[in-house]
Parts: sequence; structure tokens; C-alpha cells
Amino acid sequence: MVLLTRKIEFAASHLYHNPDFSPEENRRVFGKCNNPHGHGHNYTLEVTVAGEPDPVTGMVLDLKDLKEILEREVMQRMDHRFLNYEVPELAGQIPTCENIARVIWNLLDPKIKQGKLHRVRLYETPDLFADCYRNGSERAKA
Amino acid sequence: MNPGAHNSAVKTELCRRYRFAASHRLHNPALSEQENNRLYGKCNNPYGHGHNYILEVLVSGKIDPSTGMIANLADLDGFVEREVLEPFDHKSLNEDVDAFRGTVPTTENLCIEIFRRLKPFPKAKLERIRVQETSNNSFEYAGDNPEGFEG
Repeated sequence: MVLLTRKIEFAASHLYHNPDFSPEENRRVFGKCNNPHGHGHNYTLEVTVAGEPDPVTGMVLDLKDLKEILEREVMQRMDHRFLNYEVPELAGQIPTCENIARVIWNLLDPKIKQGKLHRVRLYETPDLFADCYRNGSERAKA
Repeated sequence: MNPGAHNSAVKTELCRRYRFAASHRLHNPALSEQENNRLYGKCNNPYGHGHNYILEVLVSGKIDPSTGMIANLADLDGFVEREVLEPFDHKSLNEDVDAFRGTVPTTENLCIEIFRRLKPFPKAKLERIRVQETSNNSFEYAGDNPEGFEG
């Protein structure tokens, strides 16, 4: 098995706010991430696909296809957007790095037909990132 | 809040990077001076030397729908600060950290000691840690959990 990783970057804004919490609770739990007008990050996304290289092309999957999937599913949805208000898949969720990574996993997994999605790693800053993997029992089926 | 994309088929980890600077000397008193020198090279120089270490801490757990978080970063930061950064930063690992009184402070052993200190983190499961000694060397440790290396 070979792992292939492609990286893209997008810029987006967000804020953390739970309407079920009081203003004080929001402030205590989320700190400056609760500032009402939001703030932004340059996100870096690394998408890793696992598979065997095709004997004819030598590729796990065509990088051009992966690039197009990432452009359509991630860039067009999230780049230069306010994640809380403009990305329906995040509606009703706090757009933490964990939740955004999960949404991206769920968007990409059904679209990758050659090889299998192995890992989604989303950096919010160089010092903070979230990883998604297929869970153990699901991995056995993959 | 809407549990939304929560899906037990996907495992999510939260990873945070920290930095500390510390000195060490690789020396095993059970070996001769020559053997130490041969084995550890310039890392055996008598007065030690230092590194800017980078520590990555990877934890997993259920994403709390009310916060969107596996663990609140403030809790993780506070725990790592207390357990690792405060006792290790700007210290001599050999002289200032009890665990290295009788153990050579290689980065392998440093990983094991840091993992031991962070394992009790109460808010999420510690999966593994990675310590980068220089931009060319890094080490990972997942305790006795083989799954810790693979999501």
C-alpha cells in the first residue's frame, strides 16, 4: 500500500458560540474565539489517500482528479467564507478544527473512487491541527 | 447543538504543538569514557548542549456537541504546561529531571517520560506524542497502544 498526500490552503473566518450557553459561559468556554464578529485563519489541509499504484499509470489516483475534488468540495465551499454562516454542512455545529476536519472527511470520502481516503489533517495554525481516520472496525472493511 | 457530521465510522484526533528548550548530555556511567565517546560522539561532550524541542501531543475522544471540541485547548495547554513545559523548559534534563538521574536522556527516553507524564490527562485519551529534537530528528511514542500510531 502507498499513501499519497495532497495539500491545499484556504482562508476562512469563524467564531465559537453556543446559543444554549449564557454569554458568560460562552466567554468562559471559548475565550477570545467567542468574539462576536469572528476572526480568521489560513487553514492548511492535507488529504492522504491509500492504495496500490495502478500497474499501467503508476498512480494510486490521478493527482489532477484529487485536485479537482478538493477544489470542488473544499475550496469552493470554504475558501474566503465565514464558516458559521456560509457552509451549510457546519450549520448548528461549532466550527472547531475537529468539526471542520470531520465535515471535510464526510465530503471527500464518497468522492474518492480510486484508492481509499486514509487521513484528513486540517491545520488551523502551525501549532494546532485535527486528524480524521477511518475507525478501526470500518478500516477492516475498507 | 446539532451533532451534525458526527459519525462513529470516523475517528478524530486533536493535535497541539508546544516548544521547550533544554540541555542534555548523553552519557552512560556504566560504560568507559571511550565507549561513551564512541557511542554518543559529540552528544557526550562533558558539559552538555541544548536543543529547541518541539512536542506534539495527540489526543482523541468524542467531540462534545455543545463545544465542538474533543478537549478544550485551555485545559490541554494548562496540563502540558504543568506536567512538561514548566519542569523541562530552560532546564538541564540530566540535572533537573529526576527521571533522567539514572536514564540517558536520549529523545527516545524523553518521549517515554513525557508520555508517562501526559497519560493521565483527564479530558481526552492520549494517543501518542512526537518530539522533534532538531529539524532532522523526531521520535514518536504511543505507550503500549499499537493503535496510537494509526488513528
